[in-house]
Amino acid sequence: MTVVLALALGFAQLCVMLALAFCAIRLLLGPTAQDRILALDSLWMAAMLFILLLGIRFSSMVYFEAALVIALLGFVSSIALAKFLIRGEIIE
Amino acid sequence: MSELLTASMTDLSPWLAIPVALLLVLGGLITLIGALGLLRLPNFFQRIHGPAVFITVGTGCFLIASMLYFSGTEERPVVHELLITAFVLLTAPVTSMLLMRAAVYRNLRARNARNGASSTDAYQFPDDE
Repeated sequence: MTVVLALALGFAQLCVMLALAFCAIRLLLGPTAQDRILALDSLWMAAMLFILLLGIRFSSMVYFEAALVIALLGFVSSIALAKFLIRGEIIE
Repeated sequence: MSELLTASMTDLSPWLAIPVALLLVLGGLITLIGALGLLRLPNFFQRIHGPAVFITVGTGCFLIASMLYFSGTEERPVVHELLITAFVLLTAPVTSMLLMRAAVYRNLRARNARNGASSTDAYQFPDDE
């Protein structure tokens, strides 16, 4: 039964790695600036998911704090970049 | 295969291991499909749907799997993953809405600039629509 769990964990990690690669490709290709910011935001979220999966893999709850900090910083940076696209400046 | 397993992973009961494995596979598939949508869909307003799917549903699946797994290995209820769930569910719509507003603004500004608008009325909606 633990083999099933290990296989599922490996499959999920593979999927999240592929998702990270797809987001990175869109970040490089993205024709407009808003495409690149959207790709960067989903890259943050996929990285957070990958760190959560690493926490399950190594059975350690330390990874939870890292995932929380990444989710927080990703939100703040995406908001700042989106505001920059609208206004041309961040702090008015 | 046994070198991939940690000690606490091997003494998780099957009644928890099966739901955790199913949630992990489901979350992985949803994340992959969402990122594929971000890569393949033709324009920005369609592409924004892919990340929205995996940020909400994929993250939810992985966090429930993580909660079940650590509740099994620690032999006490572990619910602090709910913090990330609440935070992500609150912030993802805000980010999407600001990005969509930015995209609408920029499209509008580009179209008005093409129609010969000056820099002062570049943000105005055209009258003929």
